[in-house]
Formats: sequence, structure tokens, C-alpha cells
Amino acid sequence: MSTSIETHRDDLASKTGMWLFLFTEMLLFGGLFVVYSVYRYRNATAFHLAAHELSVFIGTINTIILLISSSTIAMSITAIQKKNKKLALLLLGLTILLGLAFLVNKYFEWGEHIREHIYPGSSVLALRGQGDVLFYGLYFFMTGLHALHIIIGLVFIGFVTRLIIMNKINSGNFVLLENSGLYWHLVDLIWIFLFPLFYLIT
Amino acid sequence: MSIQKDTAEPSYLDHKGKYKGIFAWIFSTDHKRIALLYLFSIFSFFAIGATLGLLMKFELIAPGKTIMGPEAYNAFFTLHGIIMIFAVVIPGLPAVFGNFLLPIMIGAKDVAFPRLNLMSWYLYVIGVSLVVISQFAGQGPPDTGWTFYAPYSFRTAGNMLPAVFGAFVLGFSSILTGLNFLVTIHRMRAPGMTWLKMPLFPWTLYATGWVQLLATPIIGITLLMIVAERTLHIGFFDPTLGGDPILYQHLFWTYSHPAVYIMILPAMGAISEIITTFSHKTIFGYKFMVASVLAIAFVGYFVWGHHMFTSGMSGTALYTFSLLTFLVAIPSAVKVFNWISTMHKGSIDLQTPFYWAMAFIFVFMVGGFSGLILGSLAANVHLHNTHFVVAHFHFIVFGGTGFAFFGAAHYWFPKITGKMYDSRWANIGLILFFVGFITLYGPMFLLGINGMPRRYYDYDEVFHAGNIISTMGSWVLYSGLAIIIINLFSSLKSGTKALSDPWGGKTLEWTIPSPPPVENFDEIPVITKGPYEYK
Repeated sequence: MSTSIETHRDDLASKTGMWLFLFTEMLLFGGLFVVYSVYRYRNATAFHLAAHELSVFIGTINTIILLISSSTIAMSITAIQKKNKKLALLLLGLTILLGLAFLVNKYFEWGEHIREHIYPGSSVLALRGQGDVLFYGLYFFMTGLHALHIIIGLVFIGFVTRLIIMNKINSGNFVLLENSGLYWHLVDLIWIFLFPLFYLIT
Repeated sequence: MSIQKDTAEPSYLDHKGKYKGIFAWIFSTDHKRIALLYLFSIFSFFAIGATLGLLMKFELIAPGKTIMGPEAYNAFFTLHGIIMIFAVVIPGLPAVFGNFLLPIMIGAKDVAFPRLNLMSWYLYVIGVSLVVISQFAGQGPPDTGWTFYAPYSFRTAGNMLPAVFGAFVLGFSSILTGLNFLVTIHRMRAPGMTWLKMPLFPWTLYATGWVQLLATPIIGITLLMIVAERTLHIGFFDPTLGGDPILYQHLFWTYSHPAVYIMILPAMGAISEIITTFSHKTIFGYKFMVASVLAIAFVGYFVWGHHMFTSGMSGTALYTFSLLTFLVAIPSAVKVFNWISTMHKGSIDLQTPFYWAMAFIFVFMVGGFSGLILGSLAANVHLHNTHFVVAHFHFIVFGGTGFAFFGAAHYWFPKITGKMYDSRWANIGLILFFVGFITLYGPMFLLGINGMPRRYYDYDEVFHAGNIISTMGSWVLYSGLAIIIINLFSSLKSGTKALSDPWGGKTLEWTIPSPPPVENFDEIPVITKGPYEYK
């Protein structure tokens, strides 16, 4: 049907659309932040003690990984603008690797908790009281939802990488790359909030 | 079949694209065809929802079991609510008339993201399908009501997961539609169309877009929490695990109250267009109309607590929510005054859409005033969860949005189809619909004041008389509805051809042929004056 409609491109419209989408993502997590604040207020001690059990080391490593990956994807946009396709691909590959490294760390971190029978619905966790149940429930749900966003982001970036190889994204048309960069920054930003909430505030 | 012979462009209905038959519709990215896809799917679900309502009213014709027991009744009002709220009134005006008319009214060839627009429709269909599947698969239909209140929503054996997830997907569809409209309005207005030269229907869609965008994610995450609660036993809202069911209600209404404004704002926009066109006079207080739309959308975010006055909140919270609820009435009243003032000294053309607009103003005012009664704290304690509430929100949601929808359907019918409807049958249908509506929901106010609770299949003998009247009203309403629909459908075949501007409207959609050509405009118009300049 659309064949007769002339194709027109409006990069600013695409970026506006992406920004609006990021607002909804923020509010999606915003709901969870509200729930977190309410339960933290009610179970201050339990949340304080439970936070000590998370590995600040892995959390810090993951924060650094995500921050670096955000800068690599930002640099790849500049590389594309300067018509350096090779460098752009290299930087995107690096971003994907860093994203995967984040997930691997997350896997080990979760695996450790699950080995200790700390996961939603476990009877060991239930014995430790309601504050711990809520803390770990929120921990798994929020970091899990964040990890899902990482995976979606990686798929986007992989898709964009393919388009660069096919020369569909180039120095004259790189709004898709910019939009996946925006999305990736948001995923990073959410982690910047999750990290102190679960690991640092004790 | 092209109406205007002078134009070479075929209309969007005749255009031959890449695909044939039904695929020319379900793969189309033309905003006009997508609007009709929405129209037919929404209409089908509306028919299901209305039939469920009719059966529920029949159950209530006498105390005790008439045609269904308590379990069936619970399942019926749950499905009726989910379908009517999430699948009919929320997408209703924006997805059908917004899709069709927004690009035309701002002088654009399509929305900003046509493929995303089509994807929203697919998400819509998937979402509703999940809701429908929940009725038949698993251990019995959901029975929580459309609000999915915790903790019952994760303890009931009913088949909640597909229903909750379906509502989540419908929310996603709504977000993408809102996003699309916002970008379209920001980027694609015709040259010269400054913000204050934009017609009011696009303005209401703009405000609605923001509400869809910023409120829907809250219910999205809340529904996901219910899913996690049922599958992973995370205790977000389960008191035995430390969770708080009241928190669920807060999160739910943080979305679901603004959702009421998703339903009513585009309705107000359509009514504004109808009243100014048939009064042949500039809308009174255009800037105030715009400001009140934005004010309703903004204040609407901060009133959700009035759904929970009896759930347990601090005194301060109660007073604040009550005050804010009263504040919403001010911009709503501004709109009503301006509609009336627009008619003053206008040369009014009494056509069916105008009658619908008059009926809208009446039922909307009844709904609005009963809302103020519910928004005052003392009255609310008495009326909470009674039939008074049922009557109130049907006056607003069905009366407001529904009347505006049918008004808009008649108003833009010539533009969309290129045919005129039979106005005699349209008026008969409207009268039956209106009389049935008042007879159906009017007695519920009294029943509620006298203490008849909502959501029970049975009631005390003292409520019998009111319920008989109400049930009979449902038959009149339903027959009026049937006449309206049949008339519109038969007019597709037998109606006379419509001119490009049958009503003497001034907005851009009346400057192009009926039905519009594929690309809407041969040349993008340049706007030099306001939207409603009649002299």
C-alpha cells in the first residue's frame, strides 16, 4: 500500500520518537523505584543488612563495564560521522562484548545467590523474614528487567552493526545508530541508579 | 467510484497497491486504512462487550439467579470491563478518528511512523486475543474485575496470566500510538500552522498522547509485577510476604485515572469540532479550550487517590486528593461553557452529529456532577462500591466517550466513506439510544444511594423496581445501537454521494475530496489563518 507514498526521511522526528520512548522506559522503572522506596522505608534494617550480602566488587566492575560501553558506542557515532567505517564497527563490536561481559558477571552473581537458596519463592529465603524476601524480590526483578533491557539493546546494536556492514548506515544516514546509542545510554543510566540502591546504600 | 472526477488521484479505498484483497488492508501503512482496521476490530470487541453487559443486566432483572450464577457473573463483569476499558474506549477515538484525521487536519500526508502505526494495530490485536484466550484456556476465566486488585489477582484459580499480559500488550500498543501522534504533531504540521492555529481535535490528541506516554508505563510495570507475583512468587503485594496490597491500588490508579482522560480528551476534541461546524461560528475562547485540555491532562495525574478513599490513607492525603479532584472540574466546566457560548448567535444547522454533541454535553454534565459527589470525602464513604459509582462512570465513559464516538462517526462518515448516511434513521437510533441510556443508568444513581452494592449477581428485594427499569433500558439502548450501526452500514451501499464539504466545515479535512486520495493532499497547504474562521 505504501508504495506510492514517497519515502521521506526526518531524522529529528526519529530522534524525538526515541526520546519519547525513553520517557516511557524511565517511568516503567520509575514504578519500581517507588515500590523500592516504600519497602525500604518500612524495612530499613533488613534492607541495610541484606545489601551487605551483595558483592560490591562485581557491582562496581559491572558499572565500569557499562560506562565504558556507553562511551564506545558514542565514539562509534563520531567515527561514522567521520566516515571511518572500520573504526565504527570495531567500537560497536567492543560495545557488544562489554554488554556480554556484563551479562556474564550477572550470571555468576545470580548463580551465587541461587546456590545459597536465595531466590524468590525459596523456603530458605522465606525463613529470613519479610524484609529479606522483599529486598531479594526487588533485586531479582529489577536487575532481571534491566538485564532484559541489556539483551534488547545488544540485539539492536547487532542489527545496526549489520546495517553498517551493508552500508545502509553511513555518514549521511546514521540516525538508527544514534537511536540505539540513546537506548544504550538509558540502559546504562538505569544501572547507575540500581547500583547504589542495591549495593551501596547500607 | 471516485467521487470527484476532477482529481486524478484514486481515493484511498480504490488505490491499488502491492497487495490484494485483505492483505491490502492488514499490510497497509496508510493511516486511513489503519484507522478502518481499528474501527472494525474495536467495533467487534464493542459488540462482545455490549452483549456481555446486556446479559448482566438481564441477570439483574430479578433477585436471585435468573440466567447465571455468581461465578459466571464475576467472569462476565471482568471480561466486560477489560474489553470495554482496554480494548474499546482507550483506543477508541485516538486510534480510529485520530489515525484517520490527525494527519489530514494538520496538513500532513501520513503519521510520522507509518510502520510503527501498523505495528500498534498488530499489538492491539494480539493483546485482545490474549484477553479472549484467558476465557477459555486454563482453570476457568478471570474473576477479579478489570482492576486485577491484589491479593486476589494472584490467589484466584482463574486464568489470570493471559488476561494480565494481554492488558500489558494493549498498553504497549497505546504507548506507541501516543508516541506516533506526538511526533507527528511536533514535526509534520503544514507550513504556517503554528501551535495556536491547530484545530482542537489535534490539540486533544496531543494532550492524550502525553498521557498515554507518561501514564501507561506505570500500569505496564504493575501488571508485570502481578505476573511475577503469580509465576515467581515475588511478594510485591502479598501481605504474607511483606508486600502491601494498598500499594498495588496506588500504582494501578496512577495509570488508570489518567486513562480516563485518555478516553475523554479526544471525545471533547471531537465535540468541539462538531459544535463549531454546525454552529457555523468560530469556537468561543479557543485559547481557553487549549489551556483547559492541557490543564485536564496535567491535573488528571494527581487525583488517582479518589478511587481509594475507603482503602486507608492519611487524612492529609484524603483532603489533598479530594481538593485536586474538585480542581479537575474547573477546566471541564470551562469547556462546557465555551461549547454553549459557541452556539450563542451561531447559525445552527440541526444535523445528527450536532444532536449527538448536545446529548454528549447533557450526559457528560450528569457524569461530571456525580463525580463531584463521589469526590467529596463524606459522600464517598457512603457511596463507595455501590451502583452510584457504576452509574457515574458509565455516564462519563460510555456517555462521554461513547456519545462523542458516535457523534464523530456521523460527522466524519461522509469524509471517510464518501457517502451520506440516512439521517432519519440516524436520528431515530440516537433517540432510542439516548432514552435507553438514561433509563439504564439513571436508576442506578438511586439504587446506589439506597445502598445496592456493585458486582453482585443478586440483590435485596427492595431494589427490584429500579433494576427492572434499568434492565428494560438496556433493551432500548441495545436496539438504538443496532439501528445506528445498521443504518451506517446500509448507507455504505445506498447512501448518496458526499461532497467534499457536506457540513460547511472549515478545517483542512473538508478541503480535500471524500473519500480522501491516498496522499491526502496534492500539494501541502500553507496555513495563514486560524482553524475556525467563518467570515
